[in-house]
Amino acid sequence: MIAGISIYEILTLTTVLFFIGIYGFITRKNLISILISVELIMNASVINFVIINKYLYPDILQGVIFSIFIIAVAAAEAALAISIIINLYRQISSVEVKDTEIMKY
Amino acid sequence: MERYIFYIVAVIMIVFAIAAVNSRKMMRSVIYLLFVLMGVAGIFFLIDYNFLAAIQLTVYAGGIIVLMIFSVLLVHHIELEMAIAKTSKRILTAIASLIGIGVFLSTIYSYNFNVVENTKTTTTAEIGEKLLNYGEGGFVLPFEVISVLLLAVMIGAIVIAKGNKLTDKNEETS
Repeated sequence: MIAGISIYEILTLTTVLFFIGIYGFITRKNLISILISVELIMNASVINFVIINKYLYPDILQGVIFSIFIIAVAAAEAALAISIIINLYRQISSVEVKDTEIMKY
Repeated sequence: MERYIFYIVAVIMIVFAIAAVNSRKMMRSVIYLLFVLMGVAGIFFLIDYNFLAAIQLTVYAGGIIVLMIFSVLLVHHIELEMAIAKTSKRILTAIASLIGIGVFLSTIYSYNFNVVENTKTTTTAEIGEKLLNYGEGGFVLPFEVISVLLLAVMIGAIVIAKGNKLTDKNEETS
């Protein structure tokens, strides 16, 4: 654990990051920017897993292993989302949300 | 000393996260996200999970950011400023987010966490043994499921991004 830092301060940091991600998710009009906001939200949750593991249950490793899985799933999600965005751009020449109204070609 | 490093890293993360969701140039917002991810890796280093910090740096900073930069360069004119929501909607969302932060923080600060004082260092070998342990509390099944998922995602990303039907369509229109 970090010397002199309580768990409350780190949870405050992750809460703020999470809600910045929510704010971006709602206000942005662009698929790639929405993906960036989702990455922010996921990172906040990963820090929460790791911090709670370290501060409350230091003898077990469940939080670390779950964060590894979350990172793997996030990487998979980002790769798929970016391939969908690139495919969509070739169809409709736009990555704005308001132009995205087809789900098939 | 660690205390000040944590505060510096936290301020950097929050400032760059706000910049990432507010910047109107998409390339800049990806680079700001890179700084946030490196701040997350810094926090992992501070709480002594070196393996996780290395994963964070390689997967996020090395992989996802490069993918995003590629996609931005492929789909977007770099000088183009993107459309942004109406000011009233942004203010409303900001207020809703602040209310959410308030609710979360009041819940967190009213709960009494049973913190265990420790200076234990987790080695990579322990994590690896736990991941490949098929006994009680082992994680070998999710590990295998994740590897199959990653294979499926690789194939799916290639198939989707290739999109050969589309070239026919473009030729017809042109």
